[in-house]
Amino acid sequence: MKQVAHFHPALRFLHWLMAAAILAMLFIGVAMVSTVSSLHSLLVSIHKPLGLMILVLVLVRLWLRFYTVTPSLPRSIPGWQRGVAHLSHWALYAMMLLQPLIGWGMLSAAGYPVTLGDGIILPPILPVNNDWYATLRPLHSLVALLLFATVMLHLAAALLHALVLRDGVFHSMAGTRRR
Amino acid sequence: MTTSSLSTGQKIARLALVGAIPLALVLLLLWAGGWLTPQRLSANNLVAVLQQSGGEHPGYRRNHAKGVCVIGNFISNGNASAISRAALFAPGTTPVIGRFAIAGGNPNAPDYAVPVRSMALAFRLADGEQWRTGMNALPFFPVATVDGFYDQQVASMPDPATGKPNPEKMKAFVTKHPEAKAFMAWVKQYVPSSSWANDRFNSLNAFRFIDKAGNAHLVRWSMVPQTGYQPISAQDKNDKNFLQDDLKQRLAQGPLKWDLVITVAQPGDVSNDASKAWPVDRQTINAGTLVLDRTVPQQQGPCNDINYDPLILPNGIAASDDPLLNARSAAYAKSYNLRTHEQAKQSGGSL
Repeated sequence: MKQVAHFHPALRFLHWLMAAAILAMLFIGVAMVSTVSSLHSLLVSIHKPLGLMILVLVLVRLWLRFYTVTPSLPRSIPGWQRGVAHLSHWALYAMMLLQPLIGWGMLSAAGYPVTLGDGIILPPILPVNNDWYATLRPLHSLVALLLFATVMLHLAAALLHALVLRDGVFHSMAGTRRR
Repeated sequence: MTTSSLSTGQKIARLALVGAIPLALVLLLLWAGGWLTPQRLSANNLVAVLQQSGGEHPGYRRNHAKGVCVIGNFISNGNASAISRAALFAPGTTPVIGRFAIAGGNPNAPDYAVPVRSMALAFRLADGEQWRTGMNALPFFPVATVDGFYDQQVASMPDPATGKPNPEKMKAFVTKHPEAKAFMAWVKQYVPSSSWANDRFNSLNAFRFIDKAGNAHLVRWSMVPQTGYQPISAQDKNDKNFLQDDLKQRLAQGPLKWDLVITVAQPGDVSNDASKAWPVDRQTINAGTLVLDRTVPQQQGPCNDINYDPLILPNGIAASDDPLLNARSAAYAKSYNLRTHEQAKQSGGSL
């Protein structure tokens, strides 16, 4: 199998674009449900189209992830850490994919029109149903907090590799240096 | 490259950075979500104060808890399409699911005890868009700001010693929010009507209609009853549910009608203060007729699970800069999340 030092440029681009989009989304999400200021409607109007964008991007990214060669972790990393790294990556992919679908589904179950602005409306993906909404709405918050916690662990691990271990793991995504 | 090329001091500094960056982001998220500032007015605080004055009634709305569903249509005459491109203002019929209610968080309050009544409507447009509006039978809102609304709820809470609002607290509230004087004067002389059918319901908040050319027109709207006003009678005060009973009786005899009247502001009219009525000589447009055909109890009715969020608007209607609109939207969502969860628990449908 071909050995590479970096992720495919398209994957690196999507990674950093989605990192910014998902962090923004998590902050927008917690702020919009809390604030009663004029930020509320502004944040709500960003939240929905941005969520759809993340859903589309993660689908493209998963496709690329399966069809490109990815760099392997250096041999210096113990087996259990490799396990944790792979597990956290797939957990991140799963949450990135599920979270927009949960959001879309809960709005559908509540009977809200899923508006993206300017009269653009997504079709509902679930029938109007109180029990579904009552399940999906708290799930949307729970997945958001789990996603944020996992992203923070991912960030801490990335910083550890970049600043302390300096073993090329960070650079495989940053694309800044050849090994 | 390995860790050995770093000195111990460098290593410690870098490790600290590895921890500090995620920690800073965690704190920033906690701040953005309001968890670090519980005193800041939030959707949670607003719902909590309403719950405190109305009591806890799981499964019900936190405000306007007592109501009924109504079902009907809006028949547009096309007149408002000159100032709004919303599809529902073209000539034609749009189905409506509505809700009549009385203010307050107690679903068992006697109807005669609450002078403030509401009409909420969800228009379902053919293309999947919706227009949701919650209107009140008041000429203007008591306060201009969200803080004012919160302070009013706190001040009007019954004193445990007397069972009535503390006059000192009410005085302090009016000093802080002097615009409330006009409302208190209005309440004193107000005689509620005998029916939801002969009440006039007003949007109170200002909105913007967007026409086909993209121009914005500042508006408010009212549902003006085609049924004549009758004052509340002594007999009505013997029936805890006289509004619901009256509505059923009237609808058994035929549909009830209101005209949707749009009031168009003139330059200088306030857009961000619902406590100020606009002068009465403003241009009005009769946009069509709301025809209500039947009523269903809210527990089994289709209006029960509708959040009448005033910011669910179709293309052609937009929010104004009225600060109450955002607060209503955020607080209604919070109330909706709470009661749908409680309802699912009560019916055994929650995970």
